[in-house]
Amino acid sequence: MRALVYVTLKPSVLDPQGKAVRGALRSLGFDEAADVRVGKLIELTLETSDRTRAEQRVRAMCETLLANTVIEQYRFEIVEGTAP
Amino acid sequence: MKTAIVVFPGSNCDHDAYHVMRHVLGLQAEFVWHKQTSLKGFDLVILPGGFAHGDYLRCGAIARFSPIMEAVADHARKGGPVFGICNGFQVLIEAGLLPGALLRNRGVAFINRDVWVRVENDRTRLTGLCRPGQVLQMPIAHGEGNYTADPGTLARLEGEGRVLFRYVSPSGELDDRFNVNGSANAIAGIVNEAGNVFGMMPHPERNAEPLLGNAQGLVLFESLAGLRPGAEAA
Repeated sequence: MRALVYVTLKPSVLDPQGKAVRGALRSLGFDEAADVRVGKLIELTLETSDRTRAEQRVRAMCETLLANTVIEQYRFEIVEGTAP
Repeated sequence: MKTAIVVFPGSNCDHDAYHVMRHVLGLQAEFVWHKQTSLKGFDLVILPGGFAHGDYLRCGAIARFSPIMEAVADHARKGGPVFGICNGFQVLIEAGLLPGALLRNRGVAFINRDVWVRVENDRTRLTGLCRPGQVLQMPIAHGEGNYTADPGTLARLEGEGRVLFRYVSPSGELDDRFNVNGSANAIAGIVNEAGNVFGMMPHPERNAEPLLGNAQGLVLFESLAGLRPGAEAA
């Protein structure tokens, strides 16, 4: 079982990286790039087959370490199988 | 007066801090490896600059779970002074010992240069020997020093005199061009509610003796050590 954890800055928090990437995209002619936010994707392989338990544990991982909830938000997906 | 300088894997200003306390001020100082669990016998704890645990995930995010951090929190709870410089500030914030967060610099780039900070509160243990409104020139070297906090926290910090330093022009004026990393309210350093946990992004330990061309950072260590400027070290 795997978890895909997406960590992004809260909408209320300025994202200097996203702003720089937006500027680069627009200077390359991608004028439709109206807003860019850069975040992280964390892929976890879990040694469990209990989906409910996995969700609880991954939520705890996010709250404890993976996200700084002062500035970041997170969401995750639990998917079957091992890493491709 | 005995200082513990916490060493994480990736700390790189630990020797600078040690040098200031031990050789410039002539006080007792020891390195404490992050896997140790006790700070017994130490009066002051310094979390130095660097890139603890490679700054992986977020600056300070992994360091805050180092075994020594429980002892750091305990030292702080008992009222002992804790001083986090640069990466040490980031660790204190991740540990929840100081409020807010440090984002990527406004211009995204890592900035390594001298800046000017104005002392906003000279009645703390870190700034007690500074003059009111004194402007100190000191280096910064960071990629994530853009201080932010929710509006309520910012209002409390401001209202309670807990903003210790602000980025200013050389003459001490607030000017957005000198707020190099884009920090909220140009905040460069803060103190906790109890007044004993300090964090700042600039590096006073890198300019604490005349040999380095600028000794303007020394006054902060003298304040912490309870010394008077020019007085013989204990």
